[in-house]
Amino acid sequence: MIRASIAGASGYAGGELLRLLLGHPEVEVAEITSERLAGKFAHGVHPNLRGATRLQFRGLDELSGCDVLFVCLPHGESSRRVEDFRRIAGRIVDLGADFRLRDPAAYERWYGGPHPCPGLLGRFVYGIPELNREALRGADLVACAGCNATAAILALKPLAAAGVVESAVIEVLVGSSEAGNRGTAASHHPERSGAARAFKPTGHRHLGEIAEALGVRELHFSATSIEMVRGVLATCHVFADRALEDRELWRIYRDAYAGEPFVRIVKGRSGIHRYPEPGILAGTNYCDVGFERDPETKRVVAMSALDNLTKGAAGQAVHAFNLMSGFRETAGLEFTGLHPI
Amino acid sequence: MTNCPVCGGAVEISDDPVEGELLECPECGSELEILGLDPIALGEAPTAEEDWGE
Repeated sequence: MIRASIAGASGYAGGELLRLLLGHPEVEVAEITSERLAGKFAHGVHPNLRGATRLQFRGLDELSGCDVLFVCLPHGESSRRVEDFRRIAGRIVDLGADFRLRDPAAYERWYGGPHPCPGLLGRFVYGIPELNREALRGADLVACAGCNATAAILALKPLAAAGVVESAVIEVLVGSSEAGNRGTAASHHPERSGAARAFKPTGHRHLGEIAEALGVRELHFSATSIEMVRGVLATCHVFADRALEDRELWRIYRDAYAGEPFVRIVKGRSGIHRYPEPGILAGTNYCDVGFERDPETKRVVAMSALDNLTKGAAGQAVHAFNLMSGFRETAGLEFTGLHPI
Repeated sequence: MTNCPVCGGAVEISDDPVEGELLECPECGSELEILGLDPIALGEAPTAEEDWGE
């Protein structure tokens, strides 16, 4: 068994990761940390885990050795502590944003200051398995992608790889859990409930990751909060270099995702669920992708949906960990979701 | 096994196909009709056409 610990396990992503690791056939969860809840049981803040574990939170400074350390800390904390973490764990999977970008200049542009350890940026493998499967095998440092970035990248990657994208406008609709488990004035129920609120029309940090991963010159990104707890729905308006036919789009997407265990092409001509929807993906590691061409123009609408806490964070981390460890890729990630929900 | 004329996905044909038989593509959900048997030819099945007042 692999001894895994979670630094920062009291948040939503940390709780989701704990849920997945407790069900993983090859993992023993050794320690979990929370500065705020040190000494408290995990099920106090993650009530779905009552009876599944008697683990109690401890402080970060109390972490002892483990085989792999999953880091779910607020931005800036993992880069501040990375050398300590490397001393106690042979492998690190960081779910935060500190090591996602490879280019120090891009980091400074998107995060507003120089990276504290720029030499490590290129050492972390960007954790989307559908992009970096081979690099993840045997990797010791992994930086998982942002949830919105994951959705956008998986929707656009096939078209970008086919070289047909001239520019793209990405609009994501996101749920409230993206904002974390600490309340703010904006998340106060009377303010948040029922909201459809543009919260980052331009300048969203995830655009840096998306641009680095896709290599498309002109990309635009906007994020809107909607009435949803878990989930991301990305609608990407792709302006292609030519008019694409349906059969060609099918071939492009099939070629990209044939054999991928967690990406499904959803483009139905009958039934209710003809395109990706986040609702049915809650708690699963799937990213559903779909597309539709505009017959009048060269625009293709590429869509994707996922659970921001699972495929967009904890599930992606476990998938990457499975590759790093040589385990079956789907180990611990077999949940197929609920319907209706 | 043959391919869907709409999306190119694999469509399984029964051992004793019949001309006019209706199938559904498992990938895109198109309703298909067997138009010929030797070789197997598929086309989109006609749908009931109504003008819905348009």
